[in-house]
This record gives sequence, C-alpha cells and structure tokens, in this order.
Amino acid sequence: MSKSDSLQGSLDLLVLKILSRRPRSHGYAIMSAIKDSSADVLSAEEGSLYPALHRMEEAGWVRSEWIRKDSGRRARIYELTAAGKKQLAQEQERWQTVTSAVNRVLRTV
Amino acid sequence: MSLWSRIANVFRADRLNREIEEELQLHIEEAIEQGRDPVEARRAFGSALRQREESRDVRLVAWIDSLRADAVFGLRRLRKTKVTSAAAILSLALAIGSCTAAFRLIDALLLRPLPVAHADQLYSLAHHGTGFDGKPSTYDSWSAPVLRLMRDAAKGQAELIGVSISSRAELTYASDQEMERAYLQYVSGSMFDAFGLPPAAGRLFTENDDLQPGANPVAVISYDYWERRFGRDPKVIGRTFHLGNDIFQIVGVGPEPFTGTETGTVIDVFVPLMMNGSILRGDSTWLRTLVIMNPGVPIEPLRQKLAAVSLAFETERAKGFTDMPQGKINILLKEEISMDRASAGSSNLQKDYSRSLIALGTLVALVLLIACANVANLMTAQAASRAREMALRVSIGAGRWRLVQLVLVESAWIGALAAAIGAAFAWWAAPLVVRMINPPDNPARLALPADWRVLGFAAALTLGVTFLFGLVPALRASSVKPASALKGGEDPHSRRRLMHALIAVQVAFCFLVLFVAGLFVASFDRLSHQPVGFSADRVLLLDTTTAHAQPASAWNEVVDRLRAVPGVETVALSEWPLLSGVGRNNYLSIHGEPPKDPLCFFLSVSPGFLDAMKIPLLDGRDFRLNDVDPGAAIVNETFVKTYYNGENPIGKTFYRTYPKRVPALIVGIVRDARYRSLRESMLPVAYIPFSRNDAIRNATILVRAAGANPLSLASILRQEVPRARSEFRVRNLRTQQELIDAQTVRERLLAMLALFFASVALLLAGIGLSGVLNYSVLQRRREIGIRLAIGAPAAAIARLVTMDVSAMVVAGAVAGLALGTVSVRYIETLFYQIKATDLRMLALPALAVFLAALAAALPAVMRAVSIDPVDTLRSE
Repeated sequence: MSKSDSLQGSLDLLVLKILSRRPRSHGYAIMSAIKDSSADVLSAEEGSLYPALHRMEEAGWVRSEWIRKDSGRRARIYELTAAGKKQLAQEQERWQTVTSAVNRVLRTV
Repeated sequence: MSLWSRIANVFRADRLNREIEEELQLHIEEAIEQGRDPVEARRAFGSALRQREESRDVRLVAWIDSLRADAVFGLRRLRKTKVTSAAAILSLALAIGSCTAAFRLIDALLLRPLPVAHADQLYSLAHHGTGFDGKPSTYDSWSAPVLRLMRDAAKGQAELIGVSISSRAELTYASDQEMERAYLQYVSGSMFDAFGLPPAAGRLFTENDDLQPGANPVAVISYDYWERRFGRDPKVIGRTFHLGNDIFQIVGVGPEPFTGTETGTVIDVFVPLMMNGSILRGDSTWLRTLVIMNPGVPIEPLRQKLAAVSLAFETERAKGFTDMPQGKINILLKEEISMDRASAGSSNLQKDYSRSLIALGTLVALVLLIACANVANLMTAQAASRAREMALRVSIGAGRWRLVQLVLVESAWIGALAAAIGAAFAWWAAPLVVRMINPPDNPARLALPADWRVLGFAAALTLGVTFLFGLVPALRASSVKPASALKGGEDPHSRRRLMHALIAVQVAFCFLVLFVAGLFVASFDRLSHQPVGFSADRVLLLDTTTAHAQPASAWNEVVDRLRAVPGVETVALSEWPLLSGVGRNNYLSIHGEPPKDPLCFFLSVSPGFLDAMKIPLLDGRDFRLNDVDPGAAIVNETFVKTYYNGENPIGKTFYRTYPKRVPALIVGIVRDARYRSLRESMLPVAYIPFSRNDAIRNATILVRAAGANPLSLASILRQEVPRARSEFRVRNLRTQQELIDAQTVRERLLAMLALFFASVALLLAGIGLSGVLNYSVLQRRREIGIRLAIGAPAAAIARLVTMDVSAMVVAGAVAGLALGTVSVRYIETLFYQIKATDLRMLALPALAVFLAALAAALPAVMRAVSIDPVDTLRSE
C-alpha cells in the first residue's frame, strides 16, 4: 500500500499539476489531460490513478465532491486544497532538483 | 479526510464500496465512449476487487474495520448458541451486578470522601480501653469540656470540630399539636467554615454563634430537608421553631451535597454546640471529635499531645469519683487515644456494617469468579468445536493476534452484555439493601450516587472479567496447529485438564461461600430464637411525651383511660421499652460495702408491667401504686446470683452509689429477661417504681391487645392519649416484636444475602460441572462406544466419565475447607454463639456440594450410558 518510489512520486506531481491548472476535474479527465499535455508520452495507469487520488484525499491535498454531469450521471470531481498547493510546490522543486542532478550526471559522463 | 471520518467509514462500508464502484464504472464508460475497447478498458484496471480493497483501505482505519467484522461475527456466533450464551451472560450479569451493587454500598459507606474541603485531612478521635464487661472496647464519644481543651491544645496544628451523635428531635413550627421529628445534630460553630462550605441560601452559622452557652439559638437546615420539608421556599430563612424550651431561628441552608458527617444519616437541622444542655458537663460524652489536620503537620505528635490533654482531664475528673471501684478508675485512666482517618465521615452505621459489607463483597467476588470459570469453560469447550475453523483461518493467512482478537471480541460481547444487565441489577439492588437496614423509626439513608466512581468500577470489572475468562481460551484457540487440527487429531487432554482445574477452583469457592453463608444463617437462627424472657405477643409500645413534665399521677390517669378502650387487655408504663438499646446503670453497694463490679442495670416500671410483659414473678410481690422511687426494687435472677450468691434477698436493702447513695428495698424476684440487647450476656437488672418525686416528661405506655392484630388499635390509642390529658402526645408507636426484630436486622440481612449468593454459587458450580461432563462425554463418545461394544457394564462407563471430575470436586472441597477455616477468623465478630469448627457447619456445605455434583453429573452419565455404539462409530 505505502509504496513511495519515484514513479509514484511523479504520478502525484502530475495529478496535482493537472488539478492546479484545471480544478474540478474527474478521474477520466485527469488521465486524459496527462496523456494530452505530454503529447501521448506519459500515461497514468487506471490501476494506480484512483488509489493515488484517494490517498491524496486522505492526506488532505485534494478534496472531492459528487456532481451531476450534463449527461445526468454522477461523477466525483477533485480540486486542490491549500495543503495540496503547498505540496505541489514542494514536489515541483524536488522534481527540478532531481532532474537537473540527473542531467548533470549525464553531461559529465 | 479526518481520522474521525475514517472511523465513521468503518460503519458505512457499504456506501463506501458503492461510491468507489460508481467512480470506476464512470471511468470505464467514458473510456469506451472515447473509443477504447471495452474489454481492454476493464482489464486496464487490473483486479477490480484489489482495486476496491486498495481504495477502500485508505478511506477507513483497517484495524477498526477488522474489529467491526469480528464483532459482527462474534454476535452471530452468540446468537447461534442461544441457550448456552444466555446462561453465560445471565450468570455473569448476576455476578457483575452483585459486585457492582456491593461496591456501591461499600463506596458510599466507607470510601467516598465527604463533599467538604480537606476531606483527605480529616481524622476522628477514639478511645480504646476496657469495657464494663472486661472486654476491649472502643468508643468515639467525648464530652464538650475535654473537646474544648483539646481544641486549644491543637491550635495552629489542626482544627478540632465537635459533632453530636445525631438524634431524632421533636420540632414545632406552629402549635404543640404539630410536633414533627427531624434529625438534629449539634455541631461546632466553626464547622461550616472549616469545611469550606458555602450556603445555598441565607448564611451558615460561624464560630461567633458558638461562644456562650445558650446564647445563639440559630439553626442551619440541610438542603435535603429544605427541599423535602419546605419545597425550597426561600422564605424559610428567618422562620422559627421550638425545640425543648428554646426557640431557634433558621438562618440559612447548607450546600446541596453536604448531608452531615454521619454517613448513613441525612441530617435535617444543624444547631451550635453551645445550645446543648450538656455543654458544660464533663461526665456526658455526646460528641464525636473530628480533626482537620493543617497541611504538613505530622499525626503522631499531635495524637500524643491530645492524649495527654485527655488524660489530664480524666485524672482531674476522677478525683471527684468517691464511690467508684478503684479498678474501674485505673482502667479509665489507661485508655489509649487513636486518630483514625475519617475522610468518608464517621458513623455507627459504618462501625456496625463495614465488616458485614466487606464479608458480603468477598462472597460476591467469589461468585463472580465462579461465573468467570463457567464462562471460561464454556469458551474452551466451544474452542474445541472450533478447532477446524481456527485451523482454516490460520491456513489462509490469519495472524495469531487476529485469532486472539477474534475470540476476545466474542468474550467482550459476553462481558458487555452481562455488564449492561448487571448494571440494571445493581441499580435496583443497592438501594434495596439500604432499605433493609431499617431498625424501626431509624432507617439508614445513604447517598448512593451512580457517578464515575461506580461506572469506572463497573467498567474496570467488566474488562478484567473479560480478560479473566477470555484470554486463556483465546490464546489456546490461536495456538492451533493447522495440520493436526484439520486432521481432527488434536490432543484433547490438555483442554480437559484446564477445564478440570477450573472445576476444582469453582468447587473450592462454592464450598467457601456455602460455608460462610451457613455460619451467617446459623448465627441468625440462634439469635432470633434466643429466648427473651418476656412475651412480645400483641404488645404495642406508645412512646409518649408531654409538653411539660408531668407527675406520675397524670401518667396513671392516661393509663386508666387506655384500659377502658375496647380490645385492650392490659396497660402499663415503663421509662423505655425492653430491647430498645437504651439502658441505665450504676454501681451498687451491698450490705453497706464499698461499690464493686459488675454494674447493675435499672428500669423504672409501673405496677402491672411485669404482668403485661409476662415476666414471671418468682417470689415476693409486684409494685403497688404507692411504691415510690427511691424505695422499692424488684430484681432478676442474675441480680440475685451476682450480688447475693443466690440467697433469697427479699427484705434486704442495697444502695445505688452515683451520684449519691440511695437505698432500695428488694420486694420481689422475677425471672431473667433480656434488657437492652440480645447479644450481651444476661445482665443483673433491678426494676424500680415508675412513680418518683420529680415530674416525668417521656415514657413508654405499653398496651397488650386482646385481639391478634394489635396494630388495629393504633389510631384509636393515638387519639385517646391526648383526649385523656391534653398535654400528652404519642410521638411514636411500635410493636415490641419490631424491637426484637431490629436487634437482628444485621444478622437477617447477612443471612438472607449470603443464602442467596450461596444458592447462586451452587447453581453456577452445578451448571459448570454439568457442562464439563457433557463436553467430556461428547469428546470421548468414540471411546465409550467401543467400550460399550465390547461389553463394558454401565457402572464402568459411569465411573470412567465421572472419575476425573469427582477427584476434582473432592480436591476443590478440601481446598475450600482450608480456605474457609483460615478466612473465617476475620469475620468471627459477625457470628453469634457459632463456632466455625463445629462439625455440622462443615458437614452442611460438604453435603450440598456433593448433592449438587451428583445432580450435575446425572444427565452426562445417562447420556454416556445410552450411547449407541453402532451409531457413534458409523458417524465418525
């Protein structure tokens, strides 16, 4: 349950980033957004996305709400909380540090 | 999501599942709309179940969820075995309820601190010396002058407070005809301040109200009395009432929780010590002395200081004893003074009942242990039939702790249900027991709050009990070895050994309870069948009082008037009734010698008293109307034996010595009759004439009715007395039988409750025994079947089934016997003329245990013998 390897970390980062840009999205929209904005390079596994969303909700980074869509179906939408915004900033910074470090390594070799 | 919502989610797991399901479903549908392959879209989620579990686990607290699941499962199991579960729960409920009720009583009487400041610093002073009967005696009453001296001596180290022993006093708010009784206590003026008590209305009296004898007739009423008598009317402040010859003014109402320091009595009216007529008398001990220690002051030096003050006072006082045996004076001066903790107050009820309540509490605790052993055996037997289920759980990955939890949760259900029923039982039972402590006209009133102390005790008890009976079965169940259990070949002997050990424990405790109960019942039986020496049949006692003291002739007029009432057989007068606990004594001088031991007891009676009480006259004559005290005396047999070595003393004169020598001529001898208590040995008694030169204010009119029901005369007699003479009034009407019964209230209470618990113990032990036997027959039915098949006789089978258990019963009984003879020493004072070593006292419980064991074994033996070998062997 409590895996926190880098992939997991990057999934959280992606989801938080998407939600900061497009608040009040539901799961499918988040997944599509990741795919579209990475030009089909990145894709979130459905099997990981929802547990990640629920975990982040549990951690207080996002909150959810049930709405009725135009089609009449119920959907659960997510948006960032204040804690989530802080978390996003941290994750982003961590990501920058890690990637620039990796880049430095690649250059020196 | 907060922890709370996660906990809450445990209990709405269904909705949670539905929501997760709905969210995933929407995702799949949208994916398909976007043109994804439906099968592929579903597969992308992986196992739907795993997905759900994973999402679910973050949304609730997993261990609470498992607890919930176990609770649901446990309840289902209990419902499956309805009868055994109900038996377990009910027996445990009875035991827990009784324990809680006993705790409530013990707590209220002995443990609960008074609702005053510094209750933990409160002590009471008592004398320890030798009583008039030569036995060690303790008493806690003091005279006012010595209190004052001790109080001055303790200044700066402690505050000393005097409180009178409460009495039922007659108050009048309006006319004399509306006299009413209230519990009155004289207390030091400084008491309210020292206890830090605020008034609920008006003001509380202070030190300044208690400086001069008779100067400040002020009164503070208790909140309880204010509510009961005046409906909390604020106008009560300033009202006056008559008490004796004084007019008191009510100045205030005490705070609600404070009911006085005499635990077991709720005081109605407090008045200052200085208003008591005995305030200056050194020979009248009517006060309890309470000590509030200043913080940090050591006890022992103060105790020695106070003892020295008391000794100096008594030494000075003894110089005035001209006509007292010197030995007695020496004894008086050898008294020790003790300071005992009194944070729960100080009262006679505590003295009389503490030991009884603790003895009963112990019996009840034993019954609880018996019930626990029963439930443990039940759980163990069930665990046996669940071995396969447990093995299966282990095989599919349940942890050891999870199994312990599973069984413990089941135990907790039993414990909790039992506690709930037990609480209801305790709620009802504790006040009932207090109501049974009701000597006529003086019922005990004990505040019995059901607050956190009681709840905490009950909760701790339930938890403790649950672990006691649940832990061993739980550990056993969890230590199951799947391989052997699933093959059905687990060693059954270890389990049986545990059950047998528990049986021995049960029998031991049961024997102990029966033994002690037997002693209580026998004590009560002896005491209540004690010959009293007079006939209480159809005798009514009219405690009568007059507004102003009246000469004996006026009293005789009233008696004559009552004689004429239809249905009245005889009427007579006495100063107080026999066996009312009251007595007066004096040292005698016989043949003009110096006074010597023992004390002689006195009662003034009118002519016809002996006849009305049916106390046979052995020699001489009854009093005549012209006999006056001092003058004549009629003495009992013990008197003759004690002072005249059995020689006929008629015509001889003896002298009362205190306060001055007064002669009495012996005119008659009567048979011995009980004087003030059933418990003491027969006392030397001299009856003296009711008529005396000074006027009389209080006396008892004794009426023997002609009809079988004397109480039918009660109302007419009550009316007739003031009609005879308007100053006379009946303040209380009792039957002589009530007074005799009151002597045995404690013994009857002990006997009844002990008998009840003994029956419960016997029943529980019987149920336990029968359950274990049944279980072992079930376990060994294959073996029994084979034995029967190869021709074993029924007797051999019966022996096989009962052998182990009967050994356990005998072992238990022997252990119980040992426990009994050791522990009985602590409650010897509660017995009356009963020796714990009496063979009959031991034989009775032994017989009861034996019969119960026999009855419990019978069904199991029948079952074993009637096993059909063919059936049994085929079914396996």
